[in-house]
Amino acid sequence: MKFLSGISLAAVVAMAGSAAFAADLTVGVSWSNFQEERWKTDEAAIKGALEAGGADYISADAQSSSSKQLSDIENLIAQGVDVLIVLAQDTQAIGPAIQAAADEGIPVIAYDRLIEDSRAFYLTFDNVEVGRMQARAVFEALPAGNYVMIKGSPTDPNADFLRGGQQEIIQAGIDSGDIKIVAEAYTDGWLPANAQRNMEQILTANDNKVDAVIASNDGTAGGVVAALTAQGMEGLPVSGQDGDHAALNRVALGTQTVSVWKDARDLGKTAGEVAVALAGGAALADVAGSADWTSPAGTSMTSMFLAPVPVTAANLSVVVDAGWISKDKLCQGVTNGPAPCN
Amino acid sequence: MTETTSQPIPSQPKRSLFQQLELDVRLLGMIGAFVILCIGFNILTDGRFLSPRNLFNLTIQTVSVAIMATGMVFVIVMRHIDLSVGGILAVSSAVMALVQTKFLPTYLGLGFDNPLTWVIAIAIGLSVGTLIGAFQGWLIGYQSVPAFIVTLGGFLIWRNYGWLFTSGQTIGPLDKNFLVLGGVSGTMGEATSWAIGIVAVAVSLWALTTSRRGRIQHGFPAKPAWAEGVVMGLVTCAILGFVWILNSYDVPTRKLERIFEAKGEVMPEGLEVGYGLPISVLILIVTAIVMTLVARRTRLGRYIFATGGNPDAAELSGINTRLLTVKVFAIMGFLCALSAVVASARLQNHTNDIGTLDELRVIAAAVIGGTALAGGAGTIYGAILGALVMQSLQSGMAMVGVDAPLQNIVVGSVLVLAVWLDIQYRKRMGAKL
Repeated sequence: MKFLSGISLAAVVAMAGSAAFAADLTVGVSWSNFQEERWKTDEAAIKGALEAGGADYISADAQSSSSKQLSDIENLIAQGVDVLIVLAQDTQAIGPAIQAAADEGIPVIAYDRLIEDSRAFYLTFDNVEVGRMQARAVFEALPAGNYVMIKGSPTDPNADFLRGGQQEIIQAGIDSGDIKIVAEAYTDGWLPANAQRNMEQILTANDNKVDAVIASNDGTAGGVVAALTAQGMEGLPVSGQDGDHAALNRVALGTQTVSVWKDARDLGKTAGEVAVALAGGAALADVAGSADWTSPAGTSMTSMFLAPVPVTAANLSVVVDAGWISKDKLCQGVTNGPAPCN
Repeated sequence: MTETTSQPIPSQPKRSLFQQLELDVRLLGMIGAFVILCIGFNILTDGRFLSPRNLFNLTIQTVSVAIMATGMVFVIVMRHIDLSVGGILAVSSAVMALVQTKFLPTYLGLGFDNPLTWVIAIAIGLSVGTLIGAFQGWLIGYQSVPAFIVTLGGFLIWRNYGWLFTSGQTIGPLDKNFLVLGGVSGTMGEATSWAIGIVAVAVSLWALTTSRRGRIQHGFPAKPAWAEGVVMGLVTCAILGFVWILNSYDVPTRKLERIFEAKGEVMPEGLEVGYGLPISVLILIVTAIVMTLVARRTRLGRYIFATGGNPDAAELSGINTRLLTVKVFAIMGFLCALSAVVASARLQNHTNDIGTLDELRVIAAAVIGGTALAGGAGTIYGAILGALVMQSLQSGMAMVGVDAPLQNIVVGSVLVLAVWLDIQYRKRMGAKL
């Protein structure tokens, strides 16, 4: 057993260079599942903002386990962080961790996902607005017909915010009888495979009589488009969000109508700046741009919402201009498409 | 069992220090490796790894897997495997959560936080776990379906029953009295912890003395008095040191203030209160003692090790190995449910993903702790130490800032290395694998 600890220590020593403990301020980030590509972008932005503010960055990855996230946060607190940025795996089960942080007087930023606790600072894009943008784009493409609602994960409160925003836009159409919601399904874990399976079953149950799909993100939209393609039905209005590269390519190809783009770099940068401000001793309500907000469950919180951008065939150039995606990647397989792919 | 069997040879040759102390060399090896690991992490984290606070966290984080690992020792010793422990944990947790948040308060009208709620919920949860375990044991023992297949099915089945019952929703917050079993929210305080520590020391010294007296009475060779004294000293230091560490982690000031505010009092200036022994850790210790006694002092335990050593011989000598299989899996199921209590109380909620991949952690803990997959050999304390090593590795690497993929690579390598070293050791000692 003695060699083996030597070996594991060697691995540990090799990695130790990445952790620095020199600066006065340390910000700890607890990721729920760092395996997903998009969080790398957020991490880079957070790191950049922290560096600019003179704070150190340390992090832990819960690997999609709410129990591990609790241990992770305990460890981060034990390492003496001044502020925690938490991407919660489970909005309720994160409770004990927030309690522990509050006991130590450490401010917590609920990053992108709501934490039902009035002591947390909720920073995200306006998800109700994202839902409205998704529905609006689909509604503009097809104001009447059979709609399918592909919702997000049942454990993620964002799924219901999105659904609420979507309903606001199509409510009038439903009341007048132009729009009929023929099916509605949650997507467990936001997994494209689950969305695809749900969509396949919906198509079967409705004899393919589906005219438009409001999907809650690009991953689920990918599953939906795959299911539609299998039936030769690609090209129906389909919504999404996140500005995934594959989804933007679908917008260029015309198989997806809209991808509401939340620039993760903005969110990460803002989180870093807020963290530095809070570490400097600012109260939650003193952060510039923050406002009081009441969650659907009735928790009153301090929050900050950033505005997203709906990307459609009409304004595709915006993502290329921002350096979010290269033109080649965006226009892969597109001939005579919308600008800039023509 | 791995203790060095004392040979009944009248003229004993000169024996080494370890042999005279009759300490388990493999246990010492593991403890040694663990200590080196801790010191290494401690240096890399500027002394934060061995702070009372982190050690307190570590013990709490280990409990859930360690409880199940003690049961896995029996299962593996019987030459079986159980891949369904995480699933049983999830479904027991789901049932307990529903009982205490929906069934009892609403349908039975007991209301929330009734003092009976947690008892009933746990009783039902433990029954569910035990029944599932017994049922799997029946399939394995009486219907001869291989344990791997039965529990692989269970891995897919039980967790999803939990999902079905809760519709995948997070259930919580759980009953207040129930939460006490989870760790930080339920500790014994400094005075009670010291009392428990002293009682534990007294009991273990008494046990060591009676066993020595028994040996001498029956004419077995006993170790010299000085060696007995050294062992007693070590045991005393270990128990009291453990209590001291847990006591020296102070409750954060803000939490204390809130407790006083809730009572309507003002906190005295400069008050410091230690956490003490968490109830969940006490549950683990009691489980470990009971399981060790079952393994060493009861007929059930002897049958389990006999059957694991040679199933055919055991069956021919009249042991009902089928019923034994049912019992072993029922114990495993019971421990999964017990672990579910600790895990869900710690999270203060039942989540749909609770216990995911715990089967692998539990098997790894048992194996790192020296349980041989070939059957017949394994110790309860080894499995608990295995769980502790794994948790320390994970939490230590997270503290140092090792990337997630590398963390898993290291844990996986440690698992294989530990078994390899164990096999080398057994070969040297001439024992059968």
